[in-house]
Formats: sequence, C-alpha cells, structure tokens
Amino acid sequence: MSADTIESRRAWLLSERPASRMQARLGRAYVAWRRFSANRLAFLGLLIIISLLVIAALAGVLAPYSPTFGDLKGSRLLAPCAEHWFGTDDLGRDILSRILYGSRWTLYVVILVAVIAAPVGLLVGTVAGYAGGWIDAVLMRVTDIFLAFPKLILALAFVAALGPGIENAVLAIAITSWPPYARIARAETLTVRNSDYIKAVQLMGASPFRIVLRHIMPLCISSLIVRVTLDMAGIILTAAGLGFLGLGAQPPLPEWGTMIASGRRFVLDQWWVAGAPGFAILIVSLGFNLLGDGLRDALDPRSGDQ
Amino acid sequence: MTAAITVDGLEVIFDRFRALKGVSLEVNSGESFGLVGESGSGKSTLLRAIAGLAPVASGSITVNGKKLGARRDKAFYREVQMVFQDPYGSLHPRQTVDRLLQEPLAIHGFADGEKRIQRALDEVGLGNGFRFRYSHQLSGGQRQRVAIARALILEPSILLLDEPTSALDASVQAEVLNLLEEVRRRRKLTFLMVSHDLAIITHMCERLMVMQSGKAVESLSAAQLVGHRVTEDYTRNLLRASEGFVRTG
Repeated sequence: MSADTIESRRAWLLSERPASRMQARLGRAYVAWRRFSANRLAFLGLLIIISLLVIAALAGVLAPYSPTFGDLKGSRLLAPCAEHWFGTDDLGRDILSRILYGSRWTLYVVILVAVIAAPVGLLVGTVAGYAGGWIDAVLMRVTDIFLAFPKLILALAFVAALGPGIENAVLAIAITSWPPYARIARAETLTVRNSDYIKAVQLMGASPFRIVLRHIMPLCISSLIVRVTLDMAGIILTAAGLGFLGLGAQPPLPEWGTMIASGRRFVLDQWWVAGAPGFAILIVSLGFNLLGDGLRDALDPRSGDQ
Repeated sequence: MTAAITVDGLEVIFDRFRALKGVSLEVNSGESFGLVGESGSGKSTLLRAIAGLAPVASGSITVNGKKLGARRDKAFYREVQMVFQDPYGSLHPRQTVDRLLQEPLAIHGFADGEKRIQRALDEVGLGNGFRFRYSHQLSGGQRQRVAIARALILEPSILLLDEPTSALDASVQAEVLNLLEEVRRRRKLTFLMVSHDLAIITHMCERLMVMQSGKAVESLSAAQLVGHRVTEDYTRNLLRASEGFVRTG
C-alpha cells in the first residue's frame, strides 16, 4: 500500500462528515485505537494477551512433549536444559509443554468468568440504578451480601458443595466476581438516568426496558470492559489459588495453579517446578493489567472529545 | 377555537417542596403561548409536568380533549414533544444523529424511516452531511436543530419548548427562533414556550402567563406586555429588570 492510499484512508476514517453508519463507527474505533496505541505499556499488555491467545491456539504444535505423560525412568526433576527448557517435574513431564497447554485452561477460566459475571453485573446494576425505589434496594442488598463474603472463601464453600473441578471453580469465581460490576454499572446509571437525553428518550415513549438496554447499557460498557480487564489478573490468581488448594483443576490437568501446588514440595531444591508456572501467571496477569490501564485511557467516556 | 392544552389547579410536589401551587392554564390549538418568570418560578416544572416528567400531586391536565392519567401512553408522545434547554445535554453522547432520529421511529414502528430522517434533517436546515455525526462533532446551534428534528419527526401537534435558545449565543438564537417560527407556521403547531427573556416571548408568542414562586401572577397578551399595560407589580418589576441596567445621573 502506498503512502498516498494510507493517507487517504486515514482522512476517510477521521472525516468530520461521515457518509455512512459504517464510516462513523469505524472512525470512532480508529480514534480510540490511536489513543490506545499511543500508550506503549498498554500496547505491550496487548502483545502479551495476543501471544497468550496464539499459544493457546497452537499449544499442540508448539509443545515439544506431551503435557500429561512423562518419562518416569529417565527425566524426573531435571533442571532447565537444552531438551527441557523449563526443566521437568516429579513425574518426568516437560514443564514447558505443560505451561503451553495450561494457557488454554487459563484462558478458559478467564473468558468464562468474564462472560458470566460481566453481563450479570451489568444487568443488575443498570436495572437497579434506573428503576430506583424498592427494586434498587432489593438488588443492591443482594449485591451487598455477595460483596460481604471473602471471595476465596465463598468460592471454597461453593467448590466444596459442588465438588472440585475446573468448571465448578469457574462458576464459583463468577458468582463471587459480579457484585463489583453491578456497583459500577449502578453508579454510572445514576449519573445518566436524570440527564436530558434519557428524558428525551422517555418522551418518545420508550419502555424502561428499551431505555436500559439501548441507551444506558452502552454508556456503562466501556468502564465495565476496563474493570473486567483489570480483574482478569485477579481471576487468574483466584483460579490458581483454588488449583493450589486442590479445589480447582484436578491433576493431571496442566493448570498453572495446580502445577505450583504440586511443585511446592520441592520448591527449595527444584525451584523451577513451581517457579515456571508462577512466572507464567505473573506475565499474563501483568499483561491484563497493562491492557486494562490502556483501555481505561482509550475508552473512558469522560476523557477526550466526549 | 379549541383548547390544545388545559391545565387545572396543578400541584407538583418534589419531596415536600411545592414547586407548583395550583396553576391553571389554557392554550388554544395553533397558538403560541409563553411562560415567563424568574428562575425557580415553576415555569419549567409546569412544562415537565405536562410532558409527564414531574410528579403531579393534584390537579388535571387535558391535551387535545383527552385527560391525562399518571402514565402517558404512546399516543400521547405522538401528540406532544419537547425541546430541552441545553442542547449539550439533550443528545446521547454515544449516538449519531442518524441513530437519534431513528429511535422515535423504531419505538412507534414507522416503516419509512429513511425518508422521514432525510425530511426531518432538511426541514431543520441540516443536510445529509450531518446525518452520521456524533453530537460532539456538532456546534450548539446544530445540536439544537437536531433536537428540534427529533421532536418533529413524530409529527406532534404540540411542541413544549423549555428555553430552547438560552444556551446559545445571540446570532444562533435568532436562527433557531426563526426556524421554530417557520416550522410552526408550516405545520400549524401549538407552542408552549418557557423563557426568561421577555423579548423572545413577545417576538414568538401571542399570549403569555407570568409566574412567580409556583403561582400564576397574571395572563397577558403580547401586545399588552409591549405596551406595558400590566396590572401586577411583579410583572412591572420584571419588565423594568428586562430593560436592563439604567444609568442615573
């Protein structure tokens, strides 16, 4: 693509007079992207998350060994070397392969929790904020009750009731992580519900359902996306914590928290067994945090030309 | 002439504060009626009560012969629309002009949306070039034109105007007022207009009502106001204040 066509495309995107719905939407996305990519650290975060996605997708190709079967005879607890870059664990399994496959479980947990918790929080918060009165009171007291429980303890109780396993861990984390989203969505809703543009929609005869869904939710979504990305690190850590306590993923599943748990017995002599998955958690959590920070700057409705 | 809006003994109470204390009013169909008064006199509240945005404690409102209950139905909103004071606050910040104008059509199930949006934008003097802009890409006057287009797109017979030009600068004010005049003439609309600017009211309205602290002070015709033929002291003070600062000595 020549410099000229790039220039004309940019002009098209930034046009003050968009000619179609599509152009207006793309132009808006482009402005947000420019604000986002100007932030180097946020970009680094995005790169980390993209590589996590790629690794998860290509784990089968990238991993040099099987994640669940090891050579018990010849390769137990080997230090990092040319054949096993991150060493091997007590069952002779290659830790690099386990970490690569483990990225799938990390993504699985993070995405499922986000998909379950964020919409629930958004719905509860916007409905409570818009309806007010007793609906607000009931929904917010329920939220308070969930918020009052320590996250890990409630997750523990939940897993204890349903039995250990990664699906139950996901459910447990989702149930404990929606209340903050509800709080944010409600606060955002309260700031806009009495604005003239919402009154104007009421004056068109729109139903409360339509107002919440089409006019209030879009305004809450950007701050919610930011909050969810920032929480992703916490979700990974909670999942790892449950795994570490033996209540999340069960062996031989290569989940990072479970891997740390099984490596803690020899952490002094064979540090790499627990160290490598710990480092993976650190990097991915960092990536999500940087991404969330960048998104906050790019999407914040109170910044820029809003 | 038939009455488009009849308000009888209207009381509005916000958390024990009586914003309107038994106001009565009659606006004829096709007429432009002004509400004048200082800030906090209840003129905007009266407008919002008619639109269904303020809590009515007692009294009755009749629009085009139909008495309104606590809940307004969709048919009401096709008869009565409102233009808000602040064009910076009355347009959704995340929606294009196109989307803003489409919303009322979608709610009321109009099929020929495309044509109506075109016509509405032409009518308020905004070409197609503005259709896909976000509100932050528009000036104050353009925003108010969009707000007027949105109010007109359902083809109401009554337009409630809550100080539609007070947030705009003088030259744009005149443009928007002329636009409103033109629209009213063409569509034979009934206007109920709130303003604290007596010059605008005398220019736009045939009759007006002066309000003070939630009560009606007196009703006048525009000619009476221009000729200073008023009976109440409060109105006289208001007239004097509107003439501005007079240097003495």
